[in-house]
Amino acid sequence: MKIVVCIKQVPSSNEVRLDPVTKTILRDGNQSVINPFDTYALEQAIELKEQLGGEVSVISMGIPATERLLRDAMSRGADRAVLLSDRAFAGADTLATSYALSLGIRQLGDFDLILCGRMAIDGDTAQIGPELAEHLAIPHLTNVEKIIDITQQEMTVRRNIDGQRQLLQVKLPALLTIAKDINQPRMPSISGVEFGEVAPFQSLNAAALQADVSRCGLNGSPTQVVRTSVPLRDNACAFFEGSLAEQVQALAAQIKEELK
Amino acid sequence: MTGLIIDRENCIGCGLCCKSCAVGALTLQNRKAVLGEGCTLCGICLQSCPKNALSIVKEDKAVFDLEDYKDIWVVCERNEQGELLPVSFELLGKAAELAKIRGCRLGAVLAGNADTESQAKQLIAAGADLVYLCEDKMFAERLEPPFYRLICDLIKQYQPEVVLFGATDFGRSVAPRVAARRRTGLTADCTVLEIDPITGLLQQTRPAFGGNLLATIICPNHRPQMATVRPGILAMPVLDFNRSGEVIACSVPQGLVQTLHLLQTEPAAVSTSIAEAEIIVVAGRGIGNAKNMKLIYELAELLGAAVGVSRPLVDAGWAEYRHQVGQTGFTVAPKLMLSFGVSGAIQHLAGISRSERIIAVNNDPQAPIFEISHYGLIADCVEVLKELIVALKNES
Repeated sequence: MKIVVCIKQVPSSNEVRLDPVTKTILRDGNQSVINPFDTYALEQAIELKEQLGGEVSVISMGIPATERLLRDAMSRGADRAVLLSDRAFAGADTLATSYALSLGIRQLGDFDLILCGRMAIDGDTAQIGPELAEHLAIPHLTNVEKIIDITQQEMTVRRNIDGQRQLLQVKLPALLTIAKDINQPRMPSISGVEFGEVAPFQSLNAAALQADVSRCGLNGSPTQVVRTSVPLRDNACAFFEGSLAEQVQALAAQIKEELK
Repeated sequence: MTGLIIDRENCIGCGLCCKSCAVGALTLQNRKAVLGEGCTLCGICLQSCPKNALSIVKEDKAVFDLEDYKDIWVVCERNEQGELLPVSFELLGKAAELAKIRGCRLGAVLAGNADTESQAKQLIAAGADLVYLCEDKMFAERLEPPFYRLICDLIKQYQPEVVLFGATDFGRSVAPRVAARRRTGLTADCTVLEIDPITGLLQQTRPAFGGNLLATIICPNHRPQMATVRPGILAMPVLDFNRSGEVIACSVPQGLVQTLHLLQTEPAAVSTSIAEAEIIVVAGRGIGNAKNMKLIYELAELLGAAVGVSRPLVDAGWAEYRHQVGQTGFTVAPKLMLSFGVSGAIQHLAGISRSERIIAVNNDPQAPIFEISHYGLIADCVEVLKELIVALKNES
């Protein structure tokens, strides 16, 4: 079973820096972490490899410093890593990102299964998985909670979609986005850390991917941010006054009033 | 695009085209034909393909004309029972306003296996001028492929300027597939939509950058402009059954290869839906530690309320995702919300803005939660929780 896991590096905190001209997020690689949602996809991939044999590749598009996170993924059980890194990829929206990822995955060779996190905590779009599947012309399922059975040809999975649990068969190759909390992502082992340091790592630029640069990065992104703003609200909030005890009394009275 | 086009969905990876090519420009990768260097557009491979997956496309225009794209569409959605989802009506209400500003028509796309004609009347009553209707048993199950294939076909044929989807799990799975196939932009989870009456440019505003800012996004050179909007964010329109509209019967997508097979559907085991609760007690990071969650549960029990939390608590593992209130969790609309120690990131506020009454407790008077609250109490929320529980117990 050849499995590819897509990983995104995200800022570890909610503090943001914006490029004043392009209004895109500035990423300098400091204090970046693997998108927490992706860690469940990685764990799922490693468990499948342990069960069935095969190979887990991790792929990311990002700045060169993303190598650290990919090596971390290999210390947890992935076998090899590819980083798509080029100035031409900068400023990509989901369409341009998924296009570049599709080229990188094709470069990796044949695959049976692609796993992604359900979404990234910084963008929240949840669009990369389905868009990537479309570029690769394979079926996709979002928010998969459990892999019940898997063969070389197809797999049976359970997904949660709008409060319904669907039990489904999907033909391979396929792309799944993995629900949060379905497993306990493992920590690196000591031998894993040693492996991660020397493990096969490849960095590919747009030329190596034979990418159509008009479909990459800012130029290849249909959407653009035109402005950012701090939301304004004009709601008048009435504050309770007095000592804490008095305020709580007033609060209790107000709750009773509301519940009448 | 000019050149040899490979329909990768129809390609079965048989390799016959690769063998047919005189210059070796076609190879198989990942069980699909891929075009490399050297193609002379001789056309011999077209004949070799048993699935007609190859075509040579010549296009006169280098850049397509944005003027060709007209009208605003809402892709409507039905649940397992075949009932229309409220979010479809919410979107139609908003889209009708946009269509009026733009001076264009409002189209609704509806696919289902039964009852679609009576539902088309409801969509017209909600503001649709046109209903693109496709009734077929292939739409009986909530599986994405026939839906995104149909929507792509319709977009290609009718060329709408804007296409809106409900940001349900299903909508968020279908819409990106359509966007990638049509190679256009898609903005997830918009909270505000505005349109320029002259250019038709859709300004799509959504929370971004960890919820500290709102980003307004446009899609200037690609059509259609696509966006998803969460259920419960937009107001429900008043239905007017005197409105008239046209129903256009559409043909089903052709050449669909079945890749998904539904074995069984059941309601998710946990269905304590905070989305429908009338009273909600919400905890935020200000409660300090996981232990204090029991105070939240105690208060909720006293009031017969559901328990919600802000996202950091779910991320920290103090509560399960099903309790998460906000745009990436559940959008709620209770009669009364009591909020403890929530500062109020934009996504959270977007998810609670339709609450009838919000009472917030936070020790920071500048916390954004107070901007949306009706009553506020500036104090340590754990202290308030403890005293409030005592006070409520004494009264009962």
